Formats: sequence, C-alpha cells, structure tokens
Amino acid sequence: MKILTVENLSKSFGGIHANKDISFDVEEGSILGVIGPNGAGKSTLFDLITGFTKPDAGKVKFFEKNIFGISPDKISNLGVGRTFQKLKPFADQTLLENVMIGAFVKEKDIKRARDRALEIIDFVDLIEKRHHFAKELSTGQRKRLEMARAMAIDPKLLLMDEVTGGVDQKTIPGLVELVKKLKKTGVTIITIEHNINIIMEISDNVLALDQGKRIAFGEPKEIQNNKQVIDAYLGTFDAA
Amino acid sequence: MDSKLAIAKSEPIWNTNNKVISIIAGLIILLFALPLFGMNSFYLHLFIMIFMHAVMAQSWNVIAGFSGQISLGHGAFFGIGAYATSFFYMEYGITPWISIFFGMFVSAIFAVLIGIPMLRLSGHYFAIATLLIGISFQVVFQRWDLVGAASGLWVTMTPEDSWLALQFHSSKAPYYYVFLVFFLITFFLVWLLSRSKLGYRLRAVRDDPQAALSLCINVSNYKIIAYVISAMIMAPMGSLFAQYILIIDPDRVFNIEISIIVLLITVLGGIGNVWGPIIGAAILVPISEYSRIYLGGTGGAVDLILYGLILMIICIFRPNGLISFIPKNILERNKQR
Repeated sequence: MKILTVENLSKSFGGIHANKDISFDVEEGSILGVIGPNGAGKSTLFDLITGFTKPDAGKVKFFEKNIFGISPDKISNLGVGRTFQKLKPFADQTLLENVMIGAFVKEKDIKRARDRALEIIDFVDLIEKRHHFAKELSTGQRKRLEMARAMAIDPKLLLMDEVTGGVDQKTIPGLVELVKKLKKTGVTIITIEHNINIIMEISDNVLALDQGKRIAFGEPKEIQNNKQVIDAYLGTFDAA
Repeated sequence: MDSKLAIAKSEPIWNTNNKVISIIAGLIILLFALPLFGMNSFYLHLFIMIFMHAVMAQSWNVIAGFSGQISLGHGAFFGIGAYATSFFYMEYGITPWISIFFGMFVSAIFAVLIGIPMLRLSGHYFAIATLLIGISFQVVFQRWDLVGAASGLWVTMTPEDSWLALQFHSSKAPYYYVFLVFFLITFFLVWLLSRSKLGYRLRAVRDDPQAALSLCINVSNYKIIAYVISAMIMAPMGSLFAQYILIIDPDRVFNIEISIIVLLITVLGGIGNVWGPIIGAAILVPISEYSRIYLGGTGGAVDLILYGLILMIICIFRPNGLISFIPKNILERNKQR
C-alpha cells in the first residue's frame, strides 16, 4: 500500500527552481533514500512534504489524503514525523523532557507520557542519558534524541534529514543500525543521506535529485547504474 | 523488561526534597504570622508591594519565560484590571471580588484580540508592537471621559473597613493578607502550569518553534494561550492595587514603567523559572521603596538607575538571574528527574 504519493511537486524561490515537477511514491514499511549533490533540493522536498514550506504546485497525498499546503503541526498530527538537517533539540531541557513533549501527542497523562518517552529513549540506547540536558549531548546523541522525539508522536512516516551527517566515523554504524531497527517497528522512512554506501545498504528505493529535478527513481542497484545519476552525483562512488 | 528501563520507570515523576518543602512551608507560616508581631505600616506596605510585583512578574514570566515572547506592554492588563474593578464598583456598586473576575475576563479578551495579529510577529517586532499597544491604552484612557479621562477614578470610600468593598482604612494588615493569598495562589498555579503538558509545550515553543511544529504543536495557538494566561494573572493585581490606593489614573496604572519593571524583576530573579520573579521582587521592590523614603517623591528615579546597574551586573556575571546562585542540586530537585 502506498503511504505517500508525490505528484509534480514544485517550488521556486525567486527564479530558482528548488523543486520542479517531482513525482514519486513510497510503499508502506519501506525505506526511501533521497540522494543528490548539495543544492539538489533534498531538504526543500522534506519541507514541502511536512508543510514547513508551502509548495507552488503539485500534490502530496498521505494515505490518499491530500496534505498539500497543510500546516506542519496538522501534518505531524496525521502521523508524519521528521528530524532536521540542522539539529533542533530543545537545548535547555533534558533528553527525557524533549521526548516527553512528543509523547504528549498520544498520552495525555504525565506518568504515561513519561513511561512512553522512557521506552523510546531506551529504544535509541540513551536511557542512561535521560536526565542530561540536550545541550550536554554529543552530536550523535542529539541525532538519536531527534529520532526519539519524532518517534514519540507515533509516526507512520518518518522523514530523516542526514542521520549520519556531521558525526564521526565511529558513530555512523550505530546510527545506521538504529535506522534498520526503526524500520523493523513498521514505520516507513524517507531519509536523506550523503553517504552513498549507507543509502545503498538501507534503502528499498532511491530517489535521485539534481538541480531541483528528479533524475532517477528505483531500486538501489538501478540507481547505481543510472548514467544520469553517475554523472550528477555518483562519479566518486566506490562500487566495491 | 530491560533493567535500566525498569529502574528509570520506577523513579518518582517529581523529585521531592523534604528539606526544601519544609523551608517553603515554614516561610509561608512566617508570612502569615508576620503582621501579628506588630509590623508597622511601612513594612506591611513593603510586603504588599513585594507580593504584588512578584505576581506581576510571574505574569510576565509566563509569556516571556515559558513561551519566549518578550512583551513590553504588559502594564496594559494591569490597567484594565484596575479600571474594571473601580469602574464597576463606583458605577454599579459591584463588589471588587466579582469585578476582579470581570477584569480578568476583559484582559483575556484583549489578549486574544492583540495576540492574534501580534503573535504572528516574533522577536523584536513583537516586543515593539506590544510596547506601542501598552502606550496606546494609556493614551485612550487619558481621553476617555466615561472613566474619568486624565484625572482617573476616585474610588468611593466606605465609612469603615469593609471586606465586601475590599477597603481597609484602619490598618494595612487585611490588604497584606489579600495580596499574600493571591501571591500564593498564583505561584502555586504557575508552578502547576510549569509541570503540566501545557507547560512542556510552551517551553517547546520557546526553545524551537519549528521543532515544536514537527511535534503537532500549533505554535500560534500556544503563544496566544500563554498571552491570555499571562494577562489573566496581571489583571487581578491591577484590581487589588486600585482597591489599595483607591485612586487610579492612566499615568499611574497604564504607565510604561510597570511593563519595564516586571521585566527587570523577572530577568534579575531568573526568567523561565517560577522562583525567579519572587527572588527578583524581594530584591528590587525594597530598593525602590527605600529610595523613595530617602530620596523623596518617586525616588528621584535612583531606583531605576540602581535597577539598571544591577541588571547590567547580572547580565554580565549571572545571565540566568539570581536563581543561578542557588546550588544546582537543589534546583534540579524541582525538575523532572
């Protein structure tokens, strides 16, 4: 079943086409990887789907419900969670408080919201850091915080912007494993990644963008061999 | 269940420090007992002013400290409360105990009307807009004949002390208790707010509106809710103040100085913390009152100069306010573990 359908989605800033006629769909329970060089329009695409930026044209359907142009809080309330490229933790609040804010969407009672938040914090392997302020956590831990916070709203679809961006080499495998673990819970994932090896490893499908346009969409193997993609982005990809 | 998770779940929701609770209970008992020890009129007045300013600052703390919107026109709600009580008492003989709620209601309505367009602005723009709104209330009331224009309202005095009319001429002690009870109720309600789902969501709006949006929080609505709550806390202080001095005019109850002082008190004590306004009021109000005694009149504005100096020192050395002098382990006990 298709969880998300995007048709001819377009957005311009002045004369620059950030996204132009982008179309794709996402199967429930799968992982879609989004790739493209800097400025390809990947994060803008996330902002358009989640309502943070108003699209100029096109259609966005979530479970057949049109969510084009709806405000971000309403879209998240439908079950679309997201993380941000530039991390946005509630810095002066503890990890537990950060996740509880998300958990309050499903749980009205403070004790139940707290228990739910603790379960999710345990899921992302940060239970020992629960009383640490977000500003005291490392970048990798803050990435986990954002995932936990987004998971707390019980999303059906989770958009993750550069999960492994800005973290050291040692932290990356743990984050990749966490994404795989997330998929096993049944949540559908769209993830932007610069690390091509990772995207090929975790994705069921890959969407390649260049200069705001879709240049390829398909299974990782197809994308690896797509000439347009190689030209635009994968020239340095280590196929081995 | 994972043992670490089980341990985490078994922790109490809120840490309670019996020592801190005992100290607070002791202080409350002491505050109730103080007038019985024959406090003179000045000290009663001093405490009344501390209670009043602490509540006013707490009001500002809700909008600025909890939801992150810097309002520079909060005195408007103080004035609305003052005029609502005095006007309805003088015109219709309605007891201030009822018109206090009317003042809160009118303030809430204005907060919604002001909040809907203004809270679309953010940062400096919102602050400047509220500053102008605050001034415009003063200008309107200066010209509004129905409420006495620039001369204001002289509340009809009862021949003797009256709890119904909230007027006490023989002693300030009843006023002391009225202000004290409002102070304690407000503090308790704001403390509850800070620990509620609403409190969590307001802090999310303050810390990162975009992240809040991604967590199903309608940022605009929550800002308006905070503004309304804040206005409803401020208005009763205007009402009680009007009954305390029995004469109000636009220059006194809509003065921009009110908006600035509540800001200074909160920032000095510690913004975003329920204790901050109390600490700030307990320090700044005596400075103001003593400077009035020793320098006469309005204190030759020396109090404001001192406020400015203290604030500069605090901003440089203790940006989190005087609350940061309290050891972290005691503060943390009041936080979610």
